[in-house]
This record gives sequence, C-alpha cells and structure tokens, in this order.
Amino acid sequence: MEMTVAQALIRCLELEEVDIIFGYPGGAILPVYDALCKAASIKHVLVRHEQGAVHAADAYSRATGKVGVIMATSGPGATNLVTGIANAYMDSVPLVLITGQVPTSQVGTDAFQEVDITGITMPITKHNYLVKDAKKLPSIIKSAFHIASTGRPGPVLIDLPKDVASETIKFTYPEKVSLRGYKPTYTGHPAKVKEAAKLMMNSQRPVIYAGGGVLNSGAAGELLQLAETLTAPVTNTFMGLSGFPGEHPLFLGMLGLHGTRYANLAVTNCDLLIALGARFDDRVTGRLAAFAPNAGVVHVDIDPAEIGKNVQVHVPIVGDVKQVLQAILAHLKKKDRTGWLEQIQQWKKEYPLTYGSGGEKMKPQAVIEAIYRHTRGEAVVTTDVGQHQMWVAQYYRFKYPGTLISSGGLGTMGFGLPAAVGAQIGLPDRLVMLITGDGSVQMNIQELATLVEQKLPIKIFIMNNNCLGLVRQLQEFYCERRYIATEFGFVPDFARLAGAYGIAGYDIETLEQLDKMLPEIISNPGAAIVNCRVDASENVSPMVMAGQGIDEAIDC
Amino acid sequence: MRHTLAVLVENNPGVLARVAGLFSRRGFNIDSLAVGRTERPDVSRMTIVVEGDDRVLEQVSKQLHKLVDVIKISDITPEEYVDRELVLIKVHCEAVHRGEIMQVADVFRARIVDLGRKTITVECTGNDGKINAFEEALRPYGIKELVRTGKIAMMRGTRFTSVSGVRDED
Repeated sequence: MEMTVAQALIRCLELEEVDIIFGYPGGAILPVYDALCKAASIKHVLVRHEQGAVHAADAYSRATGKVGVIMATSGPGATNLVTGIANAYMDSVPLVLITGQVPTSQVGTDAFQEVDITGITMPITKHNYLVKDAKKLPSIIKSAFHIASTGRPGPVLIDLPKDVASETIKFTYPEKVSLRGYKPTYTGHPAKVKEAAKLMMNSQRPVIYAGGGVLNSGAAGELLQLAETLTAPVTNTFMGLSGFPGEHPLFLGMLGLHGTRYANLAVTNCDLLIALGARFDDRVTGRLAAFAPNAGVVHVDIDPAEIGKNVQVHVPIVGDVKQVLQAILAHLKKKDRTGWLEQIQQWKKEYPLTYGSGGEKMKPQAVIEAIYRHTRGEAVVTTDVGQHQMWVAQYYRFKYPGTLISSGGLGTMGFGLPAAVGAQIGLPDRLVMLITGDGSVQMNIQELATLVEQKLPIKIFIMNNNCLGLVRQLQEFYCERRYIATEFGFVPDFARLAGAYGIAGYDIETLEQLDKMLPEIISNPGAAIVNCRVDASENVSPMVMAGQGIDEAIDC
Repeated sequence: MRHTLAVLVENNPGVLARVAGLFSRRGFNIDSLAVGRTERPDVSRMTIVVEGDDRVLEQVSKQLHKLVDVIKISDITPEEYVDRELVLIKVHCEAVHRGEIMQVADVFRARIVDLGRKTITVECTGNDGKINAFEEALRPYGIKELVRTGKIAMMRGTRFTSVSGVRDED
C-alpha cells in the first residue's frame, strides 16, 4: 500500500499497539501530526512543555509495562526532551521518541529550529536514528521498539526530517528485527547458576541487595521466594523499592547514603551479597573499599557492562533477573537461620529510623507516615527529588511492585508532576499520589494544566518548607551552614493556585488537621493540592558523609 | 598495558562518532584508531589501540558491545598478529643531503614519493616501533610535516575475525 512516511509512521505505531502518545507539535513535525488525525486508536496527550511529555511517558511506561511514546518538533522541541531522555536512560525505561527535523536539504545549515538531536542524545539514548532513506522508516520503527523494550530497557530516538516525512513509500511492516550487533542475554549460564546456588546454600550471613532490575523483569515474586527460601534479609536500592513488601519481616528498607542503619550494617557484615538487577551506584556503596568488605558477591544483571564495573564480583551472571532466579531457585532448599536474623533484629531495635518530636511545626516524616496510614500501601506514589523523596523511601511501606515511580539515577527535580500525569493515565482506576516539595513542584508546574485537561484525580502533597531542603542540608554539613540560594524569598500560595486550576486546595499546618482531612482528600473524585507546611529544620537522617563507609552514617 | 582491538561495526553514518564519543565520555584513552570498510561493504573495521589494565579493557569491551552498531570486538593482543602503520614524512632536504636521506630511507625500506626544491617526502610502513625509529632517524634533517594512519592489525595464520566471531578457518 502506498502512503506517506508520516502515515506509515502512524501505521507502525498502531501495529506496535501504541495507544497513547505524549507530545507537543511544531513546524517540522507537522506532517506526522497531520497523519495522527486519522488514527482513531491512538490518543494524544498534549503536555505544556516537552520535558513533561518525556516524564509522563516514562511514568506511563513504568506503570503499565508498555513502551512510552513521545513526539516533539525540531530544535527547542527536541532539546526540551533532553533531561527527560537522560532520566529514562539512567533509570532504564523503554521509550520511543519521535522528533521532527528540518528538511534534509537544510540539515547542517543552522536552519531555523535546527539542532543535531541525534548527536546531542548519543550518550543518553540506547540507540538513535536519523531517517534519511524513506524506505527504511518501517524497519527503523520496528527496531526502535525492539531495542527500547528488550535487554536493559532504554530510550530510542528517531529524528525524522520534514521532507522525508512527506515522501511516499510502499508500506510493509517487517515481522522480524535483524540486528546482528544486538542480542541481549536472558538465560543465566547454567554453571554460574549452580555456583551461585551453592554459595547461597553455604552462606551464614547472606543479604539480598535488590535493585530496579527486579521490577523491570517482573521478578518480585521470585525475589520473595528467594528471600523466604534462604531466610535471607532483603535491602532495596531506591530504584528497587516496591520490589519487596515493605511490611515483610525480612525487609531491611533502603540501603546506602540515606539508607537504614540496619540495612547498611547488614551489608557491611554479610558474608554473601546477592546483587539482583542493581548496579553498585555510588549512592549505594559509599566508600567502595568499605562496602561489604568480607562478602562474596553474586551479581545478576542483564547488562554485562554493570558486572564488575564498580566492585569485584565472585559469581557474575548475565541474564534476566526473573529467569536467573527461577533457575537458581530450582537448586535451593529451604534454609532456616537464627543467629544472623537475631543480629539483624537487634540492629533494627537498636537503630530504628527516627526523627525529632520537638518544635511546633509539623514534621515532614510524620506527613509521609500519615499518608501511609491512610493508604496502607494501596496507592501509586510518584515523587520528585529531594528530602521528601528520601522520606518517602524511608517511611512509606510499598506493598505492590511498581507502586513507587520516581527519578533515581538522574535525580531530576520536576519529574514528579508530569510523572503523576503519566501514571494516572496508565492506571485510571488506581489512587495516584504525587509527593513533592515546594522546589521540585515549581520546576514543571505548567503540567497542572495537562492534569486538569485530562481530568486526572491526582492527589498532590507538597512538603512545603520554603527552601531547597536537601541542598540546604548539604550546606549545613559541608559548608558550615553558609546557606546560599537555598531559601526561597517567595513561594506561591499553592492552595490558591489549585483554585486557579479549578481543583481542590488544602492548607495543612498540623498533623491532626492532616489526619482529619486525609480521608476526604483521598476519597474525593477530583484532583487536589495539599500544601503541607512542614518543619524546615528537619534533615534526612541517617546520612553517610562523602568518602565514608555506609556503616559510618551520622544522625542529623 | 596497550591492547589492540579489532572491532567490526555496521557501516552506518555516525558509527565513528558513537565509538569515539564512548571512549571520551567514559574516560578511556585511545592511542590510535583506524577505520575503513572491509571485504563486505556493509561492515567497517576499526583497529583501536587502547591503554589500560585488564579491568579497563573489560569495561571498554563491554561498553562497546552495548552500541547497537558494534557487531564484534576481539582483543587480539594475546594472539599472533601482523600490524602495520603507514607514515608520510616531509623532510627538509638541501640537494647535498639527498643521497644521505635516501640511504636512511633505504635502511627502513621506505620509499621516496615526492621531491621538492628543498624537501623530500618519504613513505614508510611497519609496526609502530619501526615507524618511531624511522622518524627519529629523520629528525636531525628537520621534519616539516608528518602524518600517520594509526595502526591496523590482523591475526596470523588461519584464525580470523569475522562477523560471527573469532574462528579458525572451516
């Protein structure tokens, strides 16, 4: 069948069963949007800034397991995507991004709204394409979806010049992808699987260190089974949170820089560290030499480059966490354990997460605990980046896999609001909450308009302390309290801002007020902004100072 | 230690930028990189000389593998291989020194490829040790211009690097 490349592109998206596109139109991508008019099965969500489109698609993908699809125009449209792409790349989220480009004849001439987006995004995409040959468009789209969603997932960008989009081609969609340079490994090497199982059976003090790969591969069930079979405690990386039930007795909470002391002590003293879909990030390990110094390390990851990158590994297993765990579990027998668990229990008792109770102002940690009390882990929680994010990690107990959607690797302030939009669109029947800060929420606050336009009943909790709390905390500890550029001279009245968008707004000053209002806020069918005025003097505690081992955390 | 990698890549636009960008952003040091197409028009071959210990080399190789356009990487350092580099050197040369310089060239089995009023241009191939020695031998005369291709390498005997891996001939 003959059609334009733009029409072919939309046809490809239909064949990939794309039902939603987050985007923002413009001149260079005009033919593609024109073709989108006729695609009845694809809904387009018009964001208010291209960065919002990427974060929304990112969260949509994490919430649904589908590939997130984004469209933007050339030049500034494309560069506005960059932070979102880097975010998805760091957190291994499958995205396909389509950008318009100036006509081929103008490429390289510094034309109006021209930018070399394939060059710019080379280090932050899994792969990218500039479509020069119209005939190749269908196979490029097919490959893009394949690359984005297989192996270690990631974003793939396709840059489509305007003249190419208007060319006519004979359309056939390839059934298979042939990429000789791209063949991800899913099954673990049988000998290594056996070796790992043996180490696990012989270990006296094992700790399971589980990351985002567990969620990506849908291995939460296998992880639970592994922990219960070995009677081994589990700690999550930030990205791994929600991959293990927060109320489970074997759960240690998050490890690392702001991890629980008992998780960090368990890792420091373990004799076997079982790393699953995690990458020994610097925020997890602290000083490398002091990280699990006496432990054998089993490392399962789908990305071979992560194995042996930061720490020496004794049993490397390249493969999909779910498949590898299934293979390992076949070699394991139920193992009971008392001494090690007692030790951990003692650490839990001795070093619980705590925060002060003094002062008149509401404690932000107590706000998170209250939200948890009223939702019992049933909500999907999106967050921004900062102190509030760490308090969510510490005080919210996640019950189901995938119920935390946040920016981990890149730490992108402004992720939260568009992410909540994407998550709620993907999960229309779930309670979606955004827990954010007064700094972060202002970074993409324009997406409130998208939220209202899409009629999304998102509950937004702003931990408002009138400052950039986490940076302020750094200044307190690293700059001898010389606070600069971290205290806001002006913060909008968020409850009234809600009014401007026609949604409910609340001002909360005390915990009693919050406890009283939460049932109403949660059960109301519409969106709400809940401005929680919290104690600005609170710090995220414990904290591992730069260059220290994770067992040397300080209280702050 | 220096390693010599034979890397087969898709002959796509941008592939050199992808590989070079990867090396610079990950902080790997390239000694030299030579690239050209192979017996198959859709495949190019890069010979990359990289400095680093085993751990660095493992990372280089794994990160290269992550590039979709990279088909095959072989570290041929431990193998028996032939390596060559080509250099063109333009040397200051008064008429009286011509004979002398031609003798030096002869020792290194280099060829005179151009003569100017006060210059002589020589071409030499060999491994980098020989090229370096040749350069040093000519330095006293005054080197005006020098260009090297970077090293290319190939395994000896029946073993070869192909799209499907390092293999012995069937």
